[in-house]
Amino acid sequence: MSRRFTPKVVTANRLIEGDAVWLTEDDRWSPDMAEAELIEDEAHAQLRLLFAKGQSHLVVGPELVDAAPSPTGPVPVHFREAFRTRGPSNYRHGKQAEGLIPRGRIPGDETTHV
Amino acid sequence: MYRYNDFDEAFVRERVRQFRAQVERRIDGSLTEDEFRPLRLMNGLYLQLHAYMLRVAIPYGTLRVDQMRRLADIAERWDRGYGHFTTRQNIQFNWPRLKDVPDILDALADVGMHAIQTSGNCVRNVTADHFAGAAADEIADPRPVAELLRQWSTDHPEFQFLPRKFKIAITGSPNDRAVTRAHDIGLRMIRNAAGEPGYEVLVGGGLGRTPMLGQVIRDFLPAEDLLPYVEAILGAYNLKGRRDNKYKARIKITVFENGLDAFRAEVEKRFARLRSEWKGADRALLAEIERHFAPPAFREAPLDEYEAFRAANPAFRAWTDTNLHPHRAPGYAIVTISLKKPGATPGDATAHQMRVMADLAEAYGHGELRVSHEQNIVLPHVHRSDLPAIWQRLREADLATANVGLVSDIIACPGMDYCALATARSIPVAQAIARRFEELDIEHEVGPLKIKISGCINACGHHHVGHIGILGLDRAGVENYQITLGGDGTETASLGEKMGPGFPAEEIVGAVERLVLGYLAIRRDAEETFLQTVRRVGLEPFKGFLYGTEARDAA
Ligand code: SF4
Repeated sequence: MSRRFTPKVVTANRLIEGDAVWLTEDDRWSPDMAEAELIEDEAHAQLRLLFAKGQSHLVVGPELVDAAPSPTGPVPVHFREAFRTRGPSNYRHGKQAEGLIPRGRIPGDETTHV
Repeated sequence: MYRYNDFDEAFVRERVRQFRAQVERRIDGSLTEDEFRPLRLMNGLYLQLHAYMLRVAIPYGTLRVDQMRRLADIAERWDRGYGHFTTRQNIQFNWPRLKDVPDILDALADVGMHAIQTSGNCVRNVTADHFAGAAADEIADPRPVAELLRQWSTDHPEFQFLPRKFKIAITGSPNDRAVTRAHDIGLRMIRNAAGEPGYEVLVGGGLGRTPMLGQVIRDFLPAEDLLPYVEAILGAYNLKGRRDNKYKARIKITVFENGLDAFRAEVEKRFARLRSEWKGADRALLAEIERHFAPPAFREAPLDEYEAFRAANPAFRAWTDTNLHPHRAPGYAIVTISLKKPGATPGDATAHQMRVMADLAEAYGHGELRVSHEQNIVLPHVHRSDLPAIWQRLREADLATANVGLVSDIIACPGMDYCALATARSIPVAQAIARRFEELDIEHEVGPLKIKISGCINACGHHHVGHIGILGLDRAGVENYQITLGGDGTETASLGEKMGPGFPAEEIVGAVERLVLGYLAIRRDAEETFLQTVRRVGLEPFKGFLYGTEARDAA
């Protein structure tokens, strides 16, 4: 029996800046996970990953990671991915300093959002 | 201190030139990431969670004033205004952009620095006692030998593709401040019964997934045999080390699986051959290097004003009580500048702080700075009469925290705030523990206590050798912290033992507090340190403090 497919997004780091980005439905790489394409089908996920792997002039290390739907777009399932939408805890650097709203939950950390 | 000769300079410049071209080819699409990745790693450039990270080697932890200033410039110009000093005496920049990295490497080359061999399966930055050349308890300065090893291992054709990374640490003092037993090779300078200088050679130490303490492979190696012997160890490991399984590839597993005696026999066989092949070239080079490490011209000055200032100023006195170490020259002290102000990120220094420390080294420290594996900065040669002036400047720069060796002087790796391999965060745990003990205001009463935190089993935070070790894990999508007790990284080394079930983030500070308060309640007297108490009473009472009897029965 096939297990139910957990929805996914394609994520990577940008080649020059190294910051986290997500693949959108219209083939852009967005620094805001809210814009990511939420993929709900295994076959489509593989196609999108293949597409991402062909974008090596723009991004590094594309991969599929688990995500969940929300009214404002996809949110991370695991706290590691939540960090990637936010930046480090010890300084206000990274996405949190760039006007992006952190997404997903970090258990034990009340400062999380969406 | 060592200055590059023409050969070093040309070599480093050539590597930067090559890397610049490689970066260009990566950006214009001629190189794929698979092709580029090993090239960038050879130059210390990692990709982390939020950005690239550049790891710059600080060989044996020694920095000149111009080098520290250059690190400040780099932090300001190409990064976010700070740098992170690591447990391997490196500095990491957390936010460089790929296209800027060749310029950063050129800026480093200007002051004789580089990021070569800070990654990959090669001999990494050779680390040394951070008090080398200054400590009162030292037999000899180990840094000339560390520099010899650096030159020998840099781009060594035979050792660029070892089964796994390889770390060497060296100390010239019987009091081991370089954690030599947790390294692939640990070297300890000793003298034999006839008073001749040599080394005790340890092999097969390492933390990480399978922590092991190094074992003595040679109890006395004459000083002149060092390089051929180290080469023999590397050669034997290169051949016998496993390449089929990354987790079994470190030399500790090679020694363990073959047995120390069989491994030693292989090393000795190679050594017999290599020893005659070297024909003394290494000794000639070492003699040349030693000239660079001549001790500074120590001066004499009265200490009355220092003593008077100390008597009149309790905050200064507290700082001198914790942050000074005996120097071999009369009237001098070794100053440790704490990068562990409660609430700060262990090991981080802003560009401004780096400049203040460089200025102080220039004005009062014979131009020398050190990076300790405990993530602090050291001014190795300071005359005590200059301490009041130094302390005042440090205070203005938020660098005068009097906590070296105490609860809040915590080692913490970057953890999941930066590191792509992490399973949990370490920095916020260190911050919260330090803040809590500041609130309790008991750390001076508690005395020497080393807390070390890693954000995954790779153990960059040395948690196995912390008196209290904390390992961050991912338990079903939640950060969870496992405590080990009784570790020790010095000459009385031991690995910490696991206590029991881990704690979620919101409970770890309370758990550490219970251990420390429990220790205060049962220590024999104020002289018995935390570690001594653990060794005397064993883990059981501490398990009681941590879990309570009930919880332990249930666990
Ligand atoms: S211990 Fe793990 S999390 Fe910490 S720096 Fe090392 S690899 Fe990263």
